[in-house]
Amino acid sequence: MAKYFSVQDLLTTLEAEILLDDGWIRDRICCVCASDLHSDIMAHSRPNSLLLTGLTTPQVIRTAEMAEMAAVCFIHGKMPHKETIELARKNQMPLVISPLSMYDACGRLHAAGLPSRDDIS
Amino acid sequence: MKKLPHIHKVQELVYELKIRDAAHETVTISPETMMSQVRQILRSKKITAAPVVGDNKLLGIVSVEDYINWVQDGGEDVPVSQRMSRDLVTLFEDEAMVDAIKDFDRYKYYEFPVLSRSSGELIGIVTRFDVIASLLKALDIDYYRKEISQYQRTNFFQETVSESTFLTFNYTVAGGEIGRGGEVASKLKKNLSYLGIHPEVIRRVAIVTYEAEMNLIIYGGGGQVKADLDCQKITVTVSDDGPGIDDVEKVMQPGFSTAPDWIRELGFGAGMGLPNIKNNSEQLSIDSKPGKGTRLKAIILWRCGRDGEPGDESETVAVPGKDGEVADETKESVGGLISDLGAGGDA
Ligand SMILES: Nc1ncnc2c1ncn2[C@@H]1O[C@H](COP(=O)(O)OP(=O)(O)O)[C@@H](O)[C@H]1O
Ligand SMILES: [Mg+2]
Repeated sequence: MAKYFSVQDLLTTLEAEILLDDGWIRDRICCVCASDLHSDIMAHSRPNSLLLTGLTTPQVIRTAEMAEMAAVCFIHGKMPHKETIELARKNQMPLVISPLSMYDACGRLHAAGLPSRDDIS
Repeated sequence: MKKLPHIHKVQELVYELKIRDAAHETVTISPETMMSQVRQILRSKKITAAPVVGDNKLLGIVSVEDYINWVQDGGEDVPVSQRMSRDLVTLFEDEAMVDAIKDFDRYKYYEFPVLSRSSGELIGIVTRFDVIASLLKALDIDYYRKEISQYQRTNFFQETVSESTFLTFNYTVAGGEIGRGGEVASKLKKNLSYLGIHPEVIRRVAIVTYEAEMNLIIYGGGGQVKADLDCQKITVTVSDDGPGIDDVEKVMQPGFSTAPDWIRELGFGAGMGLPNIKNNSEQLSIDSKPGKGTRLKAIILWRCGRDGEPGDESETVAVPGKDGEVADETKESVGGLISDLGAGGDA
């Protein structure tokens, strides 16, 4: 059974803060994609996923746009480049930032019941 | 009223664009012109109707139909003013496009005279074709232009379906500018969604285009991206005059990459770009020789219909239809655009 997560649940689980959002963030996030490789994100994600990534250049916004991610979460408290935020604003892509490592972020989300793409049929 | 998110761009545009953005200038004839001359005038200008103007005022419109009626009634030669249609539906230049669309629906006329609000003078004429063309232009679409003037008189929708490609998008990509990678895929993606094409189809086209665009920038030294739409497929062609590929089979292997370290540090160079393109398209061909550049062609199948839904709900990837079926579907799709616009206007 697919369970949807609200943004608030996610933020709490990830100890995350919203970096950019102007009412774009959708309240139903289906799943998670965690990767630092653009092609992997496109190959192994579902639309409307939360993207966890260590990538911070504007390209990650393009990738998120093509793969139709619901939001991008930067891990390790890594602040994205200014141009990245600008491009995200143009594309209405919500950004959040979490102090957790990739491993911890994934572990917590998994424990909280948020599936990866493959768990959803 | 707050805009609903699902009202898509075309529907916004019909409110933003004004009649004057679509109208074109027209030949007018004076009320003293004789009916016997009308046929020659309409014919030479390839039009089916002309506004009749005297003293800078629009007095009526004379059409092929008026001419035929006149012939049927005996053809006694009289000034146009005696046979023209006088009850006109006109539009003002500053009205929103949506008003024209509603009127096309309501009156079933092919064209409307357009007047200046301040002076009441005739400015031009607006046809269904003009409306479509100006919307496509506003959407930055390089629509398939084939002697457009010819279509002004015949039925645009019926004529275009005989062409296999009805829309072409063309983009040029500069080499080396990694930071701009994805601009083209992004533009194309937006344009396709303005057209109301099914999101699943769009996502696949976007991924294919983005991966190929990145390769174009990183390896090809820049080049061209082209997307051709017809009613069965979207063909993405990406070509460059770069170094070329000596073993196509090898580069297709998942994980194979010649990307330098700095590219890898940016999250590219995992060797999954071409496999991604393959997985998101029905057909992929790569034409390349060392020193001769590379031409990648990926075909994504779809079926147009109303709102660009894939033809059959049960299959997201549509199979090309039989010949003959195709023409009808194209017509429905473009015609569907117009009726959707009309519907949007009422909402
Ligand atoms: N347009 C091109 N011109 C020359 N070589 C190319 C081109 N596109 C791809 N290649 C070659 O194919 C390889 C595999 O490409 P791809 O699957 O996209 O992976 P990646 O981009 O991660 O290397 C590239 O590393 C490169 O050697
Ligand atoms: Mg690549």
